[in-house]
Amino acid sequence: MNIVVLVKYVPDAQFDRHLTGDPATVDRSESILSELDEYAIESALQLAEERGGPKAGNRVIALTMGPAAAATAVKKALQIGATEGLHVNDDALAGSDATGTSLVLAAAIRSLGDVDLVLTGMASTDGETSLVPAQLAERLGLPQLTFVASLELDGTTVRARRDGDTHSDTLEAELPALVSVTDQINEPRYPNFKGIIAAKKKSVATVTLADLGIQPTEVGTAGAWTAVRTAEARPPRSQGTIINDEGDAGIRLVDFLAAQNLL
Amino acid sequence: MPTVLVFIDHPGQALHKGQLELLTLARTIGEPVAAFNGDLTDAVRTTLGDYGVGTLYRPSADLDGALVAPKAAFVAAAARAADPAAVLLPNTFEGKEIAARTGIKLDSGVITDAIGVSADLTVTKSVLAGSYTVQAQVGRGTPIVTVKANAVTEAPADAAAVPEVTTVDVGDFGPAARITHRAEKAASGRPALTEARVVVAGGRGTGGDFSPIEDLADALGGAVGASRAATDAGWIEHSAQVGQTGQTVSPQLYVSAGISGAIQQKAGMQTAKVIVAVNNDADSPVFEIADFGIVGDLAEVLPQAAAEIRRRKG
Repeated sequence: MNIVVLVKYVPDAQFDRHLTGDPATVDRSESILSELDEYAIESALQLAEERGGPKAGNRVIALTMGPAAAATAVKKALQIGATEGLHVNDDALAGSDATGTSLVLAAAIRSLGDVDLVLTGMASTDGETSLVPAQLAERLGLPQLTFVASLELDGTTVRARRDGDTHSDTLEAELPALVSVTDQINEPRYPNFKGIIAAKKKSVATVTLADLGIQPTEVGTAGAWTAVRTAEARPPRSQGTIINDEGDAGIRLVDFLAAQNLL
Repeated sequence: MPTVLVFIDHPGQALHKGQLELLTLARTIGEPVAAFNGDLTDAVRTTLGDYGVGTLYRPSADLDGALVAPKAAFVAAAARAADPAAVLLPNTFEGKEIAARTGIKLDSGVITDAIGVSADLTVTKSVLAGSYTVQAQVGRGTPIVTVKANAVTEAPADAAAVPEVTTVDVGDFGPAARITHRAEKAASGRPALTEARVVVAGGRGTGGDFSPIEDLADALGGAVGASRAATDAGWIEHSAQVGQTGQTVSPQLYVSAGISGAIQQKAGMQTAKVIVAVNNDADSPVFEIADFGIVGDLAEVLPQAAAEIRRRKG
């Protein structure tokens, strides 16, 4: 089977992240593979392995779009176990919003021919909008099974569980389908030495917008359907009063809440 | 006056706080109209009128057998009928996904995670886990905005309206995943985590005993949250997780108990108005952002505070 996994190159969420330029966009130095994409890669690898892995013709294609550096995300996916990569690399992509991103990714997925499953994380850790998976399903005409915490494939039927605040849904659809997974679905594996060596021999195809038949004006900041007008760093929170519990801290906490009109 | 379309999904017996907030926000932009899915009781219809809704669009078909796609087709159809200045939806996972697909259908830009929408449709939102506040605008089509809870305080309109019901044809919604089973979770009786004005959250420091957290939450009328360490340990359900991969909350008061306050957790709560931290480790990073911090044992401090609150409230 052919599985496409979307991977994104994002600033490391473990450190302070910044907006830069005018209009403001995310500063992408110090970037890594989005942590939430690792769960999608793991799900893809498990499904491929259950079906005999690459030897049985199962492909796991890591797809990204972005500047040259975004290839790092694909490389990491190959080290973890994806079989090949596809990188849409075009300067005109800078500043794309979800609509532009889903336009490009949909075209790239179509260019791959027969795709059984598109797998994504639940959100990117930079944009955090969760718009792209649903927009891809809309553009590709695929059933969406999104924010799922379990996933199984029975022949050509996909089954998954989506947990909400008030209820939990069991979902079912026929392939081809689009699935986004949460961080509850599995424990992603790390690349091992063998994987890192093997990745050097795996192929990464690079395509441009022209190859996909997309005009540069449809994407990037110019083609975005949304625009950031102003951006302001949130003033850092300052430390308030810190006390040691001398046996009456609960009472003093209530005094504080009362003074703040929070009772 | 332009209309503003608000998506109202299954209010049940009474409209939720978040739904009332969306209608209140809509009135600051134009005349609220609603795309309404679910049973319409007399009480709900009256409340919709009280909040100024003069037109209700209802779907021609069932939307609840499949995921997201039918609701997106309905919202798009209602938007074509209403020709609104903007479409507002709740900022839930499902609300964002319905907005995402409606945007493609209507050739319109979508902005998520709004904490404010002004009359000229400038949207205020926090990005990069609350470290920046940006003003954004939709430049194409009908602005579609998903709005977080507590963006405005709900209030009825000065003059009530009488909602007229119009049925809109949902049409073919395309391929979609079937919902083959739905398990309802038991109601906790507490406010929803993302809507609550007070959140009391526990972490590793609870040692798995969330009763002091729940006790204080109940004394304050708040919701219970948790760190990823606590949900990963299985001490509390995953939907209670506050943080980068869980819920993002902006309550009036966030009480963090037994949580160190690493970046993953901070990302979900640092836009809270007031932060209180209780932790037995004086070096916990959470104290750096706390307005009031207590170095102590949460199992002693929280019950004492809960009892004192109940005593003062009589």
